[in-house]
Amino acid sequence: MAYSFPEEVLEHVFSFLSSDRDRNAVSLVCKSWYDIERWCRRRIFVGNCYAVSPEIVIRRFPELRAVEMKGKPHFADFNLVPEGWGAYAYPWIAAMAEAYPFLEEIKLKRMVVTDESLELISKSYKNFKVLVLTSCEGFTTDGLASIAANCRHLRELDLRESEVEDLSGHWLSHFPDSCTSLVSLNMSCLGSEVSFSALERLVARSPNLRTLRLNRAVPLERLANLIRRAPQLVELGTGAYSAEIRSDTFSNLADAFSACKQLKTLSGFWDVVPSYLPAMYSVCSGITSLNLSYAAIPSSDLVKLINQCQNLQRLWVLDYIEDSGLDALAASCKGLQELRVFPSDPFGAEPNVPLTEQGLVSVSEGCPKLESVLYFCRQMSNAALIAIAKNRPNFIRFRLCIIDPQAPDYLTLEPLDTGFGAIVENCKELRRLSMTGLLTDRVFKYIGSHAKKLEMLSVAFAGDSDLGLHHVLSGCDSLRKLEIRDCPFGDKALLANAAKLETMRSLWMSSCFVSFGACKLLAQKMPRLNVEVIDERGPPESRPEGCSVERVYVYRTVDSRQRLDRPDFVWTLDEDSSLRYS
Amino acid sequence: MSMPQEHDYIGLSEPLPSEKSSDKTTAAAAASNVERNGVFSLKETELRLGLPGSEAPERKGGVGIGIGIGIGVSLFGKDESKCVKSGAKRGFSDAINGAGKWGLSINGGSEVDLGQKGGVNVSAVKREIPPLEERKNEAAAAANTAPASKAQVVGWPPIRSFRKNTLATNTPKKDDVGGNSGTGTSCLYVKVSMDGAPYLRKIDLKTYCSYTEISSALEKMFSCFTIGQCGQGLAAKENISESHLMDLLHGSEYVLTYEDKDGDWMLVGDVPWEMFTDSCRRLRIMKGSDAIGLGMADDVQKHNIFDRALIFVTLICAAPRTMQKCKSQN
Repeated sequence: MAYSFPEEVLEHVFSFLSSDRDRNAVSLVCKSWYDIERWCRRRIFVGNCYAVSPEIVIRRFPELRAVEMKGKPHFADFNLVPEGWGAYAYPWIAAMAEAYPFLEEIKLKRMVVTDESLELISKSYKNFKVLVLTSCEGFTTDGLASIAANCRHLRELDLRESEVEDLSGHWLSHFPDSCTSLVSLNMSCLGSEVSFSALERLVARSPNLRTLRLNRAVPLERLANLIRRAPQLVELGTGAYSAEIRSDTFSNLADAFSACKQLKTLSGFWDVVPSYLPAMYSVCSGITSLNLSYAAIPSSDLVKLINQCQNLQRLWVLDYIEDSGLDALAASCKGLQELRVFPSDPFGAEPNVPLTEQGLVSVSEGCPKLESVLYFCRQMSNAALIAIAKNRPNFIRFRLCIIDPQAPDYLTLEPLDTGFGAIVENCKELRRLSMTGLLTDRVFKYIGSHAKKLEMLSVAFAGDSDLGLHHVLSGCDSLRKLEIRDCPFGDKALLANAAKLETMRSLWMSSCFVSFGACKLLAQKMPRLNVEVIDERGPPESRPEGCSVERVYVYRTVDSRQRLDRPDFVWTLDEDSSLRYS
Repeated sequence: MSMPQEHDYIGLSEPLPSEKSSDKTTAAAAASNVERNGVFSLKETELRLGLPGSEAPERKGGVGIGIGIGIGVSLFGKDESKCVKSGAKRGFSDAINGAGKWGLSINGGSEVDLGQKGGVNVSAVKREIPPLEERKNEAAAAANTAPASKAQVVGWPPIRSFRKNTLATNTPKKDDVGGNSGTGTSCLYVKVSMDGAPYLRKIDLKTYCSYTEISSALEKMFSCFTIGQCGQGLAAKENISESHLMDLLHGSEYVLTYEDKDGDWMLVGDVPWEMFTDSCRRLRIMKGSDAIGLGMADDVQKHNIFDRALIFVTLICAAPRTMQKCKSQN
């Protein structure tokens, strides 16, 4: 273009683009747009920390302020990825400490973060504001103390479900008296007791505090005082919700709650004494999100609480709610968008509560806005799934876990193919699906034909042959993440669809029938994929041809070198692309 | 829905002779599995499952049946007849010879020339679904038998550790909550570190019933590190005889210790097993030399002359011995 806008104008225009996709599209228009865009990009999301190297990121985007990154594959949550596999945050933190002195936000998920990293963060960035560590591990409360002590402008410290080595609660006392900037504090995953007076003072001097998630060690008797100091709270996570039943404790708590006019989200509720639940009733009409998934509350008390929360949009609950409770939910909460029902006794051989597929059917009938479900139960039928699909064609996320992994339709003893087929056929906007139960290749055929918007699929103990995998890889146009365990899928489908793998973020297959030879071949043919054979039994060459590998993790990457931090049970293609894996 | 077809691919209506031979080779491994669970007879189990990381009996030549298709028989804690049902459902082809009749037309594979080059052996696996009648009978039989004790598949049901551990310690206040409310912990992951090893492991204490079980499991898990001390690739290329391995372990004098609820480091084996699982927060395989420094010299010496399983266990006296509070080396 002969005449173009001055760079500053373009930069200003681009500043209105927040979505990564838009910015990526803009970068592809021409070289000058690429250049302008990369200088003004402030936020970046890296879905797989091994898909790119810190050097490449820093070279392209010199002025980042916020970095969000994910490490281990999702199945790491269920102990399927051995310890020591990787996803270390330190190399990134160290590189960014040099390159981005003005970095403000770091959000990590499923990564290994050390105290060293935390200390480096706390000392490298003068304006550091947001640290969110979701399902991370590798650090102790000492690391938290560094963050508390050194980050003068800290706004968010959120440790969602991270595994922290809890040396003491003393870290909280490291927040200096001058720190008044806190907006969000989530310490719910920590075990030890913090100093309550320090906590109260911290809360009292943080006028912008909107999110406070306490840990189990904060007793109910302390809750009222804390809430009183923060009536502006929007999200509250209680500590243990139990105490001796005393009317003064109760009225104190009820009073404190009634002052919180902005409260929208409640969570926590470890060790619940149901008699204290009514203390919250004054705020229930404003509650949109309720996480009771750690609370052992009988169905009747749950129903009473839910009936107060007419505006509920999200509910996470244990199966103590029972089918009857879900019926009540369907009747009361017409705005419900997301439901998660977790099992209270997942390892028990027999059902311990009357919660069946019926509960899910009721909710799908009664809640027209329901779009996201995670449901653990012990029996399912095709009829129920078909009904659910017809009731709720607007599902975006549908994750069903039947505790017995190959359970057939309990009424007809047939596979659940038609049921899940109905789900993908009716729910045209479905982006995420997890399936369990007795499933043949047929269900994968349905998925390949209908699930055109599906981005993530989780499969366990399903299918009959490579055909199943082939259907999914060849049919699901939007597929980004595929994770498979214990399915009879092997080399043929994998190799026939090798090109597809480059269009996805990652593929995980464990306890399937993929041979080492196929992995080598795939790695050789597809240089932009990393094919990691994760096998703890020693060198894969030492086993007969055709033996299956324990796990294979395939992901696309623009970083041409093999990662240097891999442990000895991860086998990848050698540098010189020879047939030898090391 | 019409009567389901009985799928019979590649001649799998009956178990192949090759399967039977593999069953024999799996017998030894399965035997140890039975010891662990002490529940059901081997005859009922047609197939053994191999969990990732466990010994894979199929690694002898010939039968390349993939391990860890996993559900197999023993792991879903239902009764024996259900186990049989699972076994009967599955039939596997002889993987080494590949699948002649598989018949998938591979579209889109032409751009990438990924035929049968490179000697890639394809395992075509077919799983039989028994006809409806058979399944109904099995289900009825299953319903009448008492459930066997449960062993667990790794990562199943798919619940995060954080939630599992919280559930485990969550005791409902009212008795009427649920029917069978929380029979205590159902699964208990603890980290196991070993001095000198580059990374640690996690194990579920609930899958073991005794000190001998846990010590042999840990030995297996960490033996790769001790072998590694002889040099790379030895394990694959040369035969490390069992006695050689034992010499290594004896020689290095490893001692198993654990950190209890109070943060004290104790020697494993002093207290009754249940008490141990209740109070153990973390395990550490410590070099005997470190233990010696803390006054354990005599016991370490004694360990060396015992059977290998007892390297990690002292059963000498019941009184708990507290070692100095030692900081974790992490």
